[in-house]
Amino acid sequence: MTLLTSILTLDWVLLTDKLILIGILFAVALGIAAYSTLAERKIAAYMQDRIGPDRAGFKGMLQPIADGVKSILKEEIIPTKAHKFLFILGPCIFMTVALMTYAIIPWGKDLIINGRHFQLQLVDLNVGILYSFGVVSLGVYGIMIGGWASNNKFSLLGAVRASTQMISYELAMGLSLIPIVMMTSSLSLRDITEAQAGWNWNIFYQPVAFIIFLTCSLAETNRTPFDLAETESELIGGYHTEYSSMKLALYLFGEYVNIFVSAAIISILFLGGYHFPGMENLGLSPNWLSIVSMLTLFGKIFFMIFVFMWIRWTIPRFRYDQLMKLGWQIFIPICIVNILATGLIITLFGK
Amino acid sequence: MQALTNRSKIVSNKKMTFMEKLYLPAIIGGLRITLRHFFKKKVTLKYPEVKREFSPVYRGMHVLKRDEKGAENCTACGLCAVACPAEAITMEAAERKDGEEGLYREERYAAKYEINMLRCIYCGLCEEACPKDAIYLTDRIVESEYTRESFIYGKDLLVEKVDERIDVTKRKKKSFNDDSSTGSV
Repeated sequence: MTLLTSILTLDWVLLTDKLILIGILFAVALGIAAYSTLAERKIAAYMQDRIGPDRAGFKGMLQPIADGVKSILKEEIIPTKAHKFLFILGPCIFMTVALMTYAIIPWGKDLIINGRHFQLQLVDLNVGILYSFGVVSLGVYGIMIGGWASNNKFSLLGAVRASTQMISYELAMGLSLIPIVMMTSSLSLRDITEAQAGWNWNIFYQPVAFIIFLTCSLAETNRTPFDLAETESELIGGYHTEYSSMKLALYLFGEYVNIFVSAAIISILFLGGYHFPGMENLGLSPNWLSIVSMLTLFGKIFFMIFVFMWIRWTIPRFRYDQLMKLGWQIFIPICIVNILATGLIITLFGK
Repeated sequence: MQALTNRSKIVSNKKMTFMEKLYLPAIIGGLRITLRHFFKKKVTLKYPEVKREFSPVYRGMHVLKRDEKGAENCTACGLCAVACPAEAITMEAAERKDGEEGLYREERYAAKYEINMLRCIYCGLCEEACPKDAIYLTDRIVESEYTRESFIYGKDLLVEKVDERIDVTKRKKKSFNDDSSTGSV
């Protein structure tokens, strides 16, 4: 009975709004992830004085589609000794979790259509940051399960490395954000964005936190210099050694979805989200302002994605003990000092 | 110990200074280098459309030459086959009949002339051995094929067409340029 009443009292209009937004977000997320693969190859090529893939379509613009078709048509191999169910579950978890963080990202100011406010965010959680941390750290389960189920020593080693790395860097990542939470006194990503209107970007107040958070994001997304989970030179392919065809593509693709999410969270927490200086003085109608703010956020996200790739093609990989030392012995003390210093400044001088 | 060359580097295990331990200046320096390369001129040649110029001594696919009147130079003497270190060349000789003077320059000619392009090492010894100005290596590339058999090139692929001559002046021996038909290099 209670179920029936709850269904009847559901806000159907809101539900359709959100479903449409989910559909759009899903398409945009996967589209950007697909073209990130091309961007990565192009950027790598340009930094090495090459020109990269340019045969599929104009300037290689159809390359992601060609890659996708290729991965679908390839032979699917499941090793005989592998745990079949978990082997298939691994990439599924990885991809699903990568896509889940999109729910809390505020994409722009509200759109107003026929007098109705249309929020460009799936849910404005009051614990948005905690949610994003929780979900992002679940992604390592996809790697762990896949690596263990492969029944291969290299895969297992890669999976173990991924999980230890994730645990070490999760801590520093969370601690680095506490000063920002202290400054805005809110965990909601929308509130944090609103607090950064104009030039009040957090990167200018918390440069140390920004550097630590950026480094930890690189570690969380398993990118070079922290790609110890898949070190080609030591572990063949790490956790995805035994994977082929579409399941491998899901792992590799999930990494790019993760990069997009990380870039979005960094833009929101440190680069002012959808704000840019002088936005309120342009004299635009609310709807145009909403669209411009959304484009601003995407511009920042694309810049951050470029930075991720830029770093990948510049810095060589850390050694495993260096990685652990950096996480536990350097980042965590710096974070704690940063928290104390911020607290001191807030108590002494107010905001 | 005394250094054997002046190229050896002395390894120092000195403690890093605080700035070096931060790593950030070094990382930013690295990022600047990669960004500079990002905007540099690219070295890639878009191959099928743009081709790199071959060196004048490039040794590619062979050609069997004809003289100015269009008659084949080769007399099937077999010197190229003897010189070939990879034993890639086989041929069968035949006598020229009356009325074939336009086709073959001398009384003997090669009825069959085959080079196995998979065996050939493109050393150019056949060209050096040839006394009749007949075989040359050119700057053409042997194309890829699907079967081993199709790499055995016969006269249909090796002899130059009468109407599309292949220029080998860069590789011609001096003695042939002087038009004296004998002489060694």
